[in-house]
Amino acid sequence: MDWFPLLNSLRVALLSTAIVFFPGLFAAYRVMRMPPSPAKTAWDAALTLPLVLPPPVVGWLVLRLLGPQHMLGYWARQIFGVRLVMTWPAASLAAGIVSFPLMYRAARAAFENFDHNLTDTARTLGRSEAWIFWNAQIPACKEGVIAAAVLAFARAFGEHGASVMAAGYTPGRTAAVGATVYQLWSQGDDAGAGAWAALSAVLSGVCLLAVSAAEQRQRGGAKP
Amino acid sequence: MKLQVDIVKNGAGFRVDAQFEAGEGALALLGASGSGKSEVLRCVAGLSEPDEGRILLDGEPLFDSSRHLNVPPQRRKIGLLTPGYALFPHLTVRRNIAAGVVNRAEREHAVEEQLRRFRLTELAERKPRQISELERQRVALARLTASRPVAILLDEPLSGRDSFLKFRMEQELSDYLSSFGGPVVWASHDRGEVYRNCRYVCVLENGLSQETISVERLLASPGTEGAARLSGCKNIVDAIPRHNAIFIPEWGVTLRSAYPIPPLLRRVGIRAHQVRISEPALVNAFAATVVRVIEDVSSTIVLLRPNGASEEAPLLRMELDRGVWRTTPDQRNLTVSVGPQDVLLLR
Repeated sequence: MDWFPLLNSLRVALLSTAIVFFPGLFAAYRVMRMPPSPAKTAWDAALTLPLVLPPPVVGWLVLRLLGPQHMLGYWARQIFGVRLVMTWPAASLAAGIVSFPLMYRAARAAFENFDHNLTDTARTLGRSEAWIFWNAQIPACKEGVIAAAVLAFARAFGEHGASVMAAGYTPGRTAAVGATVYQLWSQGDDAGAGAWAALSAVLSGVCLLAVSAAEQRQRGGAKP
Repeated sequence: MKLQVDIVKNGAGFRVDAQFEAGEGALALLGASGSGKSEVLRCVAGLSEPDEGRILLDGEPLFDSSRHLNVPPQRRKIGLLTPGYALFPHLTVRRNIAAGVVNRAEREHAVEEQLRRFRLTELAERKPRQISELERQRVALARLTASRPVAILLDEPLSGRDSFLKFRMEQELSDYLSSFGGPVVWASHDRGEVYRNCRYVCVLENGLSQETISVERLLASPGTEGAARLSGCKNIVDAIPRHNAIFIPEWGVTLRSAYPIPPLLRRVGIRAHQVRISEPALVNAFAATVVRVIEDVSSTIVLLRPNGASEEAPLLRMELDRGVWRTTPDQRNLTVSVGPQDVLLLR
């Protein structure tokens, strides 16, 4: 068995999680702190949108951004002579956009569960917003933040529709687990497709167990 | 040192309009839950921005809507104690206290000093969940002191504790506050807490503050129905001024007051423990029938219907010593009275 699709999906998911981690935390913190208002609703909807968009729409957007005829892709080709699309980092970007809302929403849930008296008290003690974010909010919500990252990782690992448009399916270069299942099935190799399907189910399941465990710990320790 | 507050804030479904001044001696902000106490404190601390008004500390403006001035909470030097004390759960006692000292050069020294003062040296490396509630309160006070506040706000820090523990915590807190020289504003819904710990009281009713009065005056003449209720008055009924006396239509009773009756009088309050069994000849005496007797923890509560009362009229609540009730010969038909100085005249 060729293990490349597994390794590829893992590296795609890792990079994608790294891409969404801080923006997701930051967006969660900012939106959480907004007072209830139409602007808050709009931001929340916009940041959650990739979760419900058909993944090919996201794939198409990534192609518009990175494709050799467009913006970043054009500059990259002119200046560095590199192609951005049909590479595994392009798949990471696509998967990152799709999984971003999970990072954002799960982190926000953890932040909202956080005792706001801590933030208020820290402010009256003279502590800056940055200090509060790094020294109170993030550590106190550590488990929730980890759960959010694992959830985003699991989603990116299983992402297919957007990343396959951005990266294609090249065995040994961009073949991911999802695309491999599809490829094997379309070639009539049901046993091969089944094996990969089972593998991805087990891996994703392990991720979700970790998410659930972390969230339970968070809830147990959120308030003193 | 004075803290002067005069603010208006409109929010979703509430309006706060508060005016008070805190100087020496703790000021209580007494209000039912939902009356806007927390919002007022948040505005004073700088965590929430009022729509209009001014907040001055020692004459320096912290907030002034006419000058678009709103000093951030970090620079107000106003300490805040919240319910549960908001210790950082992931930090040790030592680091919790250190969180109150922004200046790195002073931090170590200040932390050691507070650890000693609050007898926390032994517990310095423990996490908040590994120490008792009483110790957690000391950590909060140590952290607060380390941040060197000029004024302190208390937002019901003791709520939700059982009464035995609460009493001990309250004593330590009270000792601490009396050693603190600056203005203290203590928000509470608990009149006992207010009587025990504060000198002045500002009643907040539906977001609207009333005139600041002494705690003694809140008892003797609360002035408004809301204040009377918050001060623990159990009987409040409609009243009509009539020939230098007060007529209570629902009970068909006329009462005399020891004080001049204001023309705007709307209601009167009668404290349950100030209703006494008496002789018919006494001033403000009237006949009443016993409807129900309830044995409370340390007293007997008797619900009475004055003989002139209508069917729907609220019952008069009398509270008396168990022994007194036990030796009352007729426990069905009584004559009761209220001293003219005990009739609370309410707007």
